Amino acid sequence: MMKTKFGIVVFPGSNCDHDAYYSVKKVLGYDAEFLWHKERDLKNSKVIILPGGFSYGDYLRTGSIARFSPIMDEVIRFAKNGGIVIGICNGFQILLEAGLLPGVMIQNKSLKFVCKDVTLKIENRNSIFTNTIEKDLLNVPVAHGDGNYFADEETLSSLRENEQIVFRYSSQDGVISDEFNPNGSALNIAGIMNKENTILGMMPHPERCCDPILGKTDGSLIFKSVVNNILNQ
Amino acid sequence: MNEPVVNLELALEHGLTEDEFSRINEILGRVPNYTELGVFSVMWSEHCSYKNSIALLKTLPREGKKLLVGAGEENAGLVDIGDGLAVAFKIESHNHPSAVEPYQGAATGVGGILRDIFTMGARPIAALNSLRFGSLDDPRTRFLFEGVVKGIGDYGNCFGVPTVGGEIYFDKSYKGNPLVNAMAVGIVKVGETATATAEGVGSPVMIVGSSTGRDGIHGATFASEEISEKSEAKRPSVQVGDPFTEKLLLEASLEIIKNDWIIGIQDMGAAGISCSTSEMSAKGKSGMDINLNKVPLREKGMTAYEIMLSESQERMLVVAKPGCEEKIIETFDKWDLHCETIGKVTSDGIIKLKYDGEVKAELPADDLVLGGGAPVYYRETKFPDYINELRDFNFNSIKEPISIEDAFEKVFSSPNIVSKKWVYEQYDSMVRTNTIVGPGCDSSVIYLKGTNKALAANTDCNARYVYLNPKEGTKIAVAESARNIVCSGGEPLAITNCLNFGNPYKPEVYWVFKEAIEGMGEACRFFDTPVTGGNVSFYNESPDAAVYPTPVIGMVGLIENIDHVTTSYFKNEDDLIYVLGDDFEELGGSEYLNVCNNIVSGDAPKINLQTEKELQSFLLSSIQKGMIKSAHDISEGGILTALAECCIINENNPIGADVNIPIKSREDFSLFSESQSRVVVSVAKEDKEKFEKAAGESSTPFYFIGKTGGSSLKVNEKFEFALNKLAALYYNSIAEKMNVEI
Repeated sequence: MMKTKFGIVVFPGSNCDHDAYYSVKKVLGYDAEFLWHKERDLKNSKVIILPGGFSYGDYLRTGSIARFSPIMDEVIRFAKNGGIVIGICNGFQILLEAGLLPGVMIQNKSLKFVCKDVTLKIENRNSIFTNTIEKDLLNVPVAHGDGNYFADEETLSSLRENEQIVFRYSSQDGVISDEFNPNGSALNIAGIMNKENTILGMMPHPERCCDPILGKTDGSLIFKSVVNNILNQ
Repeated sequence: MNEPVVNLELALEHGLTEDEFSRINEILGRVPNYTELGVFSVMWSEHCSYKNSIALLKTLPREGKKLLVGAGEENAGLVDIGDGLAVAFKIESHNHPSAVEPYQGAATGVGGILRDIFTMGARPIAALNSLRFGSLDDPRTRFLFEGVVKGIGDYGNCFGVPTVGGEIYFDKSYKGNPLVNAMAVGIVKVGETATATAEGVGSPVMIVGSSTGRDGIHGATFASEEISEKSEAKRPSVQVGDPFTEKLLLEASLEIIKNDWIIGIQDMGAAGISCSTSEMSAKGKSGMDINLNKVPLREKGMTAYEIMLSESQERMLVVAKPGCEEKIIETFDKWDLHCETIGKVTSDGIIKLKYDGEVKAELPADDLVLGGGAPVYYRETKFPDYINELRDFNFNSIKEPISIEDAFEKVFSSPNIVSKKWVYEQYDSMVRTNTIVGPGCDSSVIYLKGTNKALAANTDCNARYVYLNPKEGTKIAVAESARNIVCSGGEPLAITNCLNFGNPYKPEVYWVFKEAIEGMGEACRFFDTPVTGGNVSFYNESPDAAVYPTPVIGMVGLIENIDHVTTSYFKNEDDLIYVLGDDFEELGGSEYLNVCNNIVSGDAPKINLQTEKELQSFLLSSIQKGMIKSAHDISEGGILTALAECCIINENNPIGADVNIPIKSREDFSLFSESQSRVVVSVAKEDKEKFEKAAGESSTPFYFIGKTGGSSLKVNEKFEFALNKLAALYYNSIAEKMNVEI
């Protein structure tokens, strides 16, 4: 059987590209290839990952320049045709800038970068990113300075109504409150998807918790869920 | 533009001495012109020439069977770790810039040390640091602290190297002059390393990376004088960092090195083009013809002097293999970076600079550099009287605390003891997905992908001990560093050092420096951990005070099998707790004296290197046999602090303990003593006999003191500390101090 292929976009300043590649290919055993930002070929990837990092230095606004790179024309076309795209951290910011997901990302409420393990409550267990995961809570790290998800009331209620909120920050017992919100995100939002259930943006880093050697593997469940959904199509 | 006339007065203004100026005249056989004077002044500054330290540094052990590149040979040392891999690592100071511009000062400190690693062909896999500040009760200190932490974080986070560990101390001696020492660790395949040399007449010399601006001019000279009120005016000497460009420079540099398109490469740090051209030429016994008009500039109208002395960051000098220029240009173009051929290698040993058709400088490369013509001084030493005064301290004059509980809570909430979570959560400690043990334990542990091995790394120095007893205190720094490597399951490999001292022209300062080097040499020889390189930072003095002598040790160890990785916190209930090593009720320079009595006096704790080595060897073999569930060394704060840390360092799963700590003469003395060569370990019940048999056969003293379990730390059936209260002190103290409303 053909292995599911992940295409991992490399922008100048991406720094979680190798981590994503290593996790899906070496740890989980799927196929993976890097996609250079100046090119336009998605190389027959089934899933596109926009990785974390600081694309173009994030000097203007996170993700705002990356979305204009040549490869993004193709990613946007792919996504609009129903292709599966996962934006992680800076990748989530790029998805917002590209208009593939609603809302914006602003600086963390603390005004500081934050790197730590957090608990994610799976809010939507029917998405292709979560529907094969057999538990409610995942332990996944965050590492960002601009992860404070913001959208107007209308957008937030539409995200709710359409069950587009995939992950929310919670306590270890699944309690959702300000205390467990690492960045001030509206509704403790950690990850959202499009209505069509094909594009996921999330601030936490699932690629950082796949390898058992590092002691945490909950991130692998998200990639496995996507692949299982592709195989069962 | 008319250039200033060069005379003795101008030379003195450039920080050169009268003798040095006449030597320069002798070397050249004439008076240097303005550009030449500028180049000499930075190259012969303390920062670049190590003129007041190199003679002593050469007494340190710099050889070992695993050393592929020793100290001073390249930008960083290189140690063989098997599997065809080598580790490159180095620590460097950025104290002076951080004192006036904490954010950029610290950021460019990180940038500089990362370049030192990847200019060797090694990919940086971990960053650490060692920081010293004044008291957090002082608003300016909080400003410096906040800026330094943000600078380190922003640079490393964007570059994509995990900042995995380090140490931070607060003491009023650092008030006007914080210490910011940055360390980086990189990995390279043996045989794919690069060297910083210029060889082959006619080989093209290229400048790559950022363009050159007016930032950082005379940064090296600024770092070679004491901090004063005038230092604020030197803010333009501080460089500005661009971690995004550095990340691109990393990828492009590693590509050209891996493809074997270059003869040599050197990063541009202090003294910019001056330093890289002269050092590469001197190493290759060659010279260079450079056309400064080819250097990409940030602004018009820069003079030759400014271009040569600029310390603009994120630049490299490359000597290409003839015929490979096009491929190198293509690579840098792919990464959207400048790459310009600015000259060629010559055979005459002269650095010849042309600008606008004029020859602006003709300097013999070898005379400019350390190991060549740069001056070497042996300074006068004098025993400082303060040492005897402080040692002559009667510990019995200290009143016993009314409440041990209160005293302990004071110690356990001291910023020197508590968790530095407020700091390290601002650092990305996990990027690259190799971090097995991140910040907060005795050592950080980095997995080496594709092998079954990991590296352990830490930085260590208790400067109060060094202040009280320079030689023994420095031995302790090495010993503790090694102990921390062993506690994490590793075997110490080698060290890098960052020697932060005052003005070397003061004989007392120099005596302390000399003693420290002797202590370091003795300990490094004993543990077989050679010095692979490092950095000396003198002139750490401000109008308020001279800093404590602070010889920071950065150590790297090898964990042969990742199954041996050990952390400091208790793992399960009902495990047995042992203390390895003896207590001698030593309180000199202790955190207890400092916090509860506001005294820094006495002598540093004693250190017996043989005892230490035996402890480490027993502990490591016990870890390798799978008998040790946790290991944590007893250091600042003493045994009570160490035990409390074992209980709560795993914040999500605290485990209490019930222990009996032997009291020798006084409760406070025994509980807060900082005697060396001691470790708290926990052992599973079923391994009791096996462990005690092995311990009995070793020469290391061991004491069963109690068991893990419960939600408090119970001591001697007398004191009880609830873990949630300890955790609140430990994890919130720094945040509370930083959130003061002004």
